[in-house]
Amino acid sequence: MQERVKAKAIELLESGCRVLGWKAGEFFYDVTPAVFTSREEIERDFVFNPFCGANQSKYLIAESRRGGRVAAFLKPCDTYSFQQLQKEHRILRENVYAVGVQCPGMCDMDALRAAGLRGVTGAEDRGEKLLVHTLRGDREVDRSLALSERCRVCKSKKLLDCDEMIGQQGEELVSTRFTEVERLEAMTPEERFAFWRGELSRCIRCNACRNVCPACSCEKCVFDNPASGAENKAPASSFEENLFHIIRAFHVAGRCTDCGECSRVCPQHIPLHLLNRKFIKDINQLYGPYQAGADLETRPPLVDFQQDDPEPSIVGERGTNP
Amino acid sequence: MQKIGVFVCWCGSNIAATVDVETVSDALAREPGVVFSTNYQYMCSQAGQDMIQEKIRELGLTGVVICSCSPRMHEATFRRACEKAGLNPYLVEIANIREQCSWIHKDKAVGTEKAIILGRAAIAKVQLNAPLTAGESPVTKRALVIGGGIAGIQTALDIAEAGFPVDIVEKKPTIGGKMTQIDKTFPTLDCAACILTPKMVDAAQNEKINIISYAQVEEVAGFVGNFSVKIRKRARFVDETKCTGCGLCTEKCPQKNVPNEFNQGLDNRRAIYIPFAQAVPKVATIDPNYCTMLKTGKCGVCSKVCTAGAIDYRQQDEIIQQEYGAIVAATGFEPISMEKFDEFAYSQSPDVVTSLEFERLMNAAGPTGGTLLRPSDGKHPHTLVFVQCVGSRCDGGEKGKPYCSKICCMYTAKHAMLTREKYPDTEVYVFYIDVRTPGKNFDEFYRRAVEEYGVHYVKGMVGKVAPENGKLKVQASDLLGGRQLHIDADMVVLAAAIEPDRSARPLATMLTASMDTNDFFTEAHPKLRPVESPTAGVFLSGACQGPKDIPETVAQAGAAAAKVIGLLSRDHLTCNPCVAESNELMCNGCSACEKVCPYGAITYIDKEFRGPNRTTLVRRVAQVNPAVCQGCGACTVACPSGAMDLKGFSNAQIMAEVDAICK
Repeated sequence: MQERVKAKAIELLESGCRVLGWKAGEFFYDVTPAVFTSREEIERDFVFNPFCGANQSKYLIAESRRGGRVAAFLKPCDTYSFQQLQKEHRILRENVYAVGVQCPGMCDMDALRAAGLRGVTGAEDRGEKLLVHTLRGDREVDRSLALSERCRVCKSKKLLDCDEMIGQQGEELVSTRFTEVERLEAMTPEERFAFWRGELSRCIRCNACRNVCPACSCEKCVFDNPASGAENKAPASSFEENLFHIIRAFHVAGRCTDCGECSRVCPQHIPLHLLNRKFIKDINQLYGPYQAGADLETRPPLVDFQQDDPEPSIVGERGTNP
Repeated sequence: MQKIGVFVCWCGSNIAATVDVETVSDALAREPGVVFSTNYQYMCSQAGQDMIQEKIRELGLTGVVICSCSPRMHEATFRRACEKAGLNPYLVEIANIREQCSWIHKDKAVGTEKAIILGRAAIAKVQLNAPLTAGESPVTKRALVIGGGIAGIQTALDIAEAGFPVDIVEKKPTIGGKMTQIDKTFPTLDCAACILTPKMVDAAQNEKINIISYAQVEEVAGFVGNFSVKIRKRARFVDETKCTGCGLCTEKCPQKNVPNEFNQGLDNRRAIYIPFAQAVPKVATIDPNYCTMLKTGKCGVCSKVCTAGAIDYRQQDEIIQQEYGAIVAATGFEPISMEKFDEFAYSQSPDVVTSLEFERLMNAAGPTGGTLLRPSDGKHPHTLVFVQCVGSRCDGGEKGKPYCSKICCMYTAKHAMLTREKYPDTEVYVFYIDVRTPGKNFDEFYRRAVEEYGVHYVKGMVGKVAPENGKLKVQASDLLGGRQLHIDADMVVLAAAIEPDRSARPLATMLTASMDTNDFFTEAHPKLRPVESPTAGVFLSGACQGPKDIPETVAQAGAAAAKVIGLLSRDHLTCNPCVAESNELMCNGCSACEKVCPYGAITYIDKEFRGPNRTTLVRRVAQVNPAVCQGCGACTVACPSGAMDLKGFSNAQIMAEVDAICK
């Protein structure tokens, strides 16, 4: 796969595009998005391996406005964000050449550690298997064991709105992604509050979740805007700190495609995607199934009004679990 | 530096009885920016207004906070007063310490504390108020009346009389409404058709009135003075301009078994029909649910017999788009379904009828030609039992309605009286909870039924009606006599409660007009603005606002027309300056605001911005048309980036209020 993608990248570069792809980071598993403008750079740095989890679509907001054309490699879940951002008029589609890359699911270090591997120094794609180099020698593991949580519960392998595809077009999948949300819903409000206080107490307000989130792409973020009265990075209390994530979850509600980038980048391993999934689950229940980014036309349920819309009552009433 | 004046009103004892106004004005005097604080018995009086004006001039106030009744009551009054003293009217804030405080608290200490908090919030808000200037919008001089019953007809006639064009949209094939089905009208017993049908003809012939029958309103956009309405005129499969109303088709149509809604289903009509002889417009309509030609493509009899060539099986629904300055809701009522009242055996015996069915059985144009005959065997009934309040005044409202339907006492007295007059050999019983007959000549009418016509009025409810051997066994209690009654009746007539027409609820949503829990339209003020909806430019006529008899309906219809005429005779309306505004530096151009805007006030432009290092950047940003924006604020909450704000109710002002309350 790496070779096919790399060859396509060179081909597109030579046709006059800048190329948005991935390059190796400090460690083998923190592959980083990068824009390539020369053949040498691509040949030297371009990678496409089982750790290319980063969602490329957000970078297209700026890249599509920079003048000239930009080619981007998008995995199925990236294409949902890509369409959602087009729907919000953030990406200038005509300046983007989108190459859909079919994806067998991306791996992460947490999964490798959970699988009992220690001293991991590298990993190689072996199709269904992953060859893991460790300090104690190589080990081959099933790729499914190394998949990140979001890829285990993958919602769709469908590549949307691509100019061309590498690999086969996929289908929407039946996902179990709401199982964890259901577990939280089954808790008493006190237990749930304690769960989230516990998780969110680790937040160091690095803003990585906000910076990576494709839905969090305002021209001027309220948390950076002195006029908003909410820009201070130092919180008054730890509870106020926690509210940052609640505010962000409301902010992206109805627009979040559930790409899972927030949890991937969190250095404190806070399961932030669960907040968003709860919103998605509620929207599906109240207004019918809706997948943000799945199309370019439909009106998102939270900015639409139908005469037979339910009018969910106070939070307390619904907080008592369906 | 702000110089804010605070004026606390006693409202006589309305506020002063449960709020210590002295403590409130003292406490608010210590708030930042407040330079003057006082209290007075009636702030809205001339003396009160003079005091406010004097203080504005004397102290050069930059903001005024009035702690008084709801802003819906007197905000305009106080704004005008301050404007006269040279203060921009939008630098006035009202703290509602009456409806939201004194009226709902019994404990004076609690009421006082809350009044101080509300006052403090208003002071915090007024600190951030900016002077605003109102613009003007034109008025489309045309009215829309939705519903062509007696209410709608009367409203339309009165508006047309003043010289303004008016459209009536009626969902049935003919105007006239419920009154066309009524036989005689209380308390004078003149025939309903004799007084209604000339009005229907007047409406049809009036050059200013355009009747759009068999049609429904589908979409309403715009605002007072500038509504844009989409009306769907359903295909009647008959060309209205060609049909002469001769009725030949309705005699020849082979499909004879269609329940006739005009006679409440007591007889049948054809698939092509004219509802009744005096229908307006008098044109035939094909019922697509029954027409063989439309269903199977085989028949075409009506087309063959029509000499005018008016039949058109391929007719399509027509969409009419029209602009209006004012809209009148006159959607009327329906009797409730009797299915939840099986104790009265309505579904078991055809001889148990509702009062509206009884009207048809008594009517010369009805299924029996005006002779009272039992529906089951066509025989003359000798014992009749009338049951009042069926579904009205029901506790809890699960089975019926919690309210009094108002008209039943009078029409039941009428039915009883007419039965006894035409058929002196009948025994007539009326079971009632209370007899309610206020109204001019109403009680006299009821007493005549009892005293002159010998109708047996029994206080008590009927418990059960059981059909048995051709009789209806009625079991009832006589509360005054303290005994159980068993009556073998030939007919039982149920005075079914009335409810708003089912089309009213979706219409209210389209009009953004409010409704009560029973789906009756709410008036802007129950006493002082009874024919206006709280939504500007929307008026209420007839039973859609609450149960009403004909005299009341006509009076209200005239009143609604007067309000419409008042509006349409103005050339311009003052706009609300509290409109939305987009901060282009923060706008992402995502279109969320445009999608939620009910008025179409938001558009987008590509605008060039200066970036760092002498670069420029073109971005899509939202723009609000202030003449179209109504200040509803939907966009400000939909905007994900906080770029959209409402003048006079900015996010910062609301947060300042919240902070002041939580302090």
